[in-house]
Amino acid sequence: MTTLDDIINNSRHDSWFARLKNLQVFWVFIAAVLACLALSLMTDAFTSDRNLFNVARNFAFVAVIAIGMTAVIASGGIDLSVGSSVVLSAMVISVAMASGMGFWLSAGLALGAALLIGLFNGILIAYAGMPAFVVTLGSLSAARSLAMVLSDNKMIWEFGPDHDLLLWIGGGSTLGLPHPLYVLCVLAVVMSLVFRWTRWGQHLFAIGGNENAAVLAGIPVRRLKVSIYMFSAMTAGLAGILMAGWLGSVTTNLGQGMELTVIAAAVIGGANLAGGEGNALGAVVGALLIEVIRNSLILLGISTFWQGMFIGTFIIVAVAFDRFRNMRR
Amino acid sequence: MSRLVFSGISKNFGAIQALSDVSLSIEPGEVLGLMGDNGAGKSTLAKIIAGNFRPSTGEISIDGISVVFHKPIDAQREGVAMVYQDLALADNLSAASNVFLGREPLRRFGPIRYIDYKRMNTVSADLFKQLKSETRPRQLVRRMSGGQRQAVAIARTLLSEPKIVMMDEPTAAISVRQVAEVLDLIRRLRDRGISVILISHRMPDIFSVSDNIAVLRRGRLVCRKPVGASSPEEVTGLITGAIDAA
Ligand SMILES: Nc1ncnc2c1ncn2[C@@H]1O[C@H](COP(=O)(O)OP(=O)(O)OP(=O)(O)O)[C@@H](O)[C@H]1O
Ligand SMILES: [Mg+2]
Repeated sequence: MTTLDDIINNSRHDSWFARLKNLQVFWVFIAAVLACLALSLMTDAFTSDRNLFNVARNFAFVAVIAIGMTAVIASGGIDLSVGSSVVLSAMVISVAMASGMGFWLSAGLALGAALLIGLFNGILIAYAGMPAFVVTLGSLSAARSLAMVLSDNKMIWEFGPDHDLLLWIGGGSTLGLPHPLYVLCVLAVVMSLVFRWTRWGQHLFAIGGNENAAVLAGIPVRRLKVSIYMFSAMTAGLAGILMAGWLGSVTTNLGQGMELTVIAAAVIGGANLAGGEGNALGAVVGALLIEVIRNSLILLGISTFWQGMFIGTFIIVAVAFDRFRNMRR
Repeated sequence: MSRLVFSGISKNFGAIQALSDVSLSIEPGEVLGLMGDNGAGKSTLAKIIAGNFRPSTGEISIDGISVVFHKPIDAQREGVAMVYQDLALADNLSAASNVFLGREPLRRFGPIRYIDYKRMNTVSADLFKQLKSETRPRQLVRRMSGGQRQAVAIARTLLSEPKIVMMDEPTAAISVRQVAEVLDLIRRLRDRGISVILISHRMPDIFSVSDNIAVLRRGRLVCRKPVGASSPEEVTGLITGAIDAA
């Protein structure tokens, strides 16, 4: 006689599935570790503190946005405008600070500008029913153009009274670790919990799995979609602020083409472009792998022209891996 | 008093007259088999009760009280639950998550509120047990058989203690063994005093589980009688139009 508890306890079935699902993250992580090991054997430069610091910082920017992108992709959408939200946010904070405004107020304005892009995307996608690809392609163009108008297409490298604070926040370090890495860690942990344990997270995956079912279940799908695109834009805005401080100067080509790297990171980390799957940790590991590849090409003296070939291969391998998993199901 | 009464329901989509002047009633604990050819208007009728469409004319009342549904949620509040033809489940989520979709129980931890998965799993396991279905709460819907998916969809409706459950072709595209499972599920609903409207193209299913049978032809109700007083031959004739009305 099986009791109710037996039934529940025997339902361990999907815990191995969950493990299988995490395999992609696992394998990508292994790939990154192997690349690191190989590099440290082949060149002394890789394990130098300076280089590791740079790798850690560089990948953090992409990874922060990849977490936002994962939310969008898991809900069945796509956001091509993140690179432009980065430059708009960076430009707003630089122009505001250059005009004498303090850091925090300027950062608020920068995030606000990015959130407006997200709101615009979200409303057109959710309420007007327009395809995410087209809407965000439009705002990719429009937001960068706004950044150019705002700065008159000039480089900004003086940030007013809080100049040093901005450079410290984006480019400084504490306990030997670059600040963007702290931001990334907090975001990754919080979002891992949010994806799994909140209604927002659960409903986001439901929309990605079967939007019709989500609507019928009474989930406020439209509002949720708007919030998802706003979240993605916010991560881009956050990265824009950090990048402004890291570079110490902002030009209007900041973040150009970044959307592709970010999408690649999310997909390599297990986000499914068909919707319904993705996780924050995967996005981080995906971004790490891409940065390690980039770094290794430079250190090994291989032409950076090869970079796209490696990243492309990883994207295709990641998707092939996903196909293979689905076939065995 | 009848549980659900339609009077003079018509529905047109532009020039298409999907339903014309349908009047029908159903009692508590009754299983009504609704049949008709493709495009006869069965799904349209179900969607009107479920609040997906509003009738062009006509009235619906539940337990003697006239109701107007603007949205599916209005119908759910009045105790009408619909198991959709396509089941409307999120494949990428677990059975329990689907049962509770949009109604996830929350727990508090200080100011933080998080989903109570433990409760979701226990309650769903209990519902599956009541339905005598071997569905595990944590299993992903993607990996389930057609019969198990039906159990998830039905458990989902049970959560809201419905008075009326509508099932649109629950036995289409599943194996013979699973059909028997689904018919058992329907009997369990009936035993709880729930009225069930079963839409199906499968004559044996309708005859084995229904108390009464209703036939729609081109949007008109052409028959409504106890199954015992009818026969598969008669119903076939009514569906095709070989028999005018009964
Ligand atoms: N949303 C809609 N817009 C326009 N016409 C519709 C709509 N829904 C249904 N119809 C039309 O109404 C008629 C009845 O359709 P309905 O789906 O109710 O048939 P059905 O009896 O469920 O058929 P089936 O057995 O194929 O499921 C059909 O002519 C159909 O084309
Ligand atoms: Mg139908």
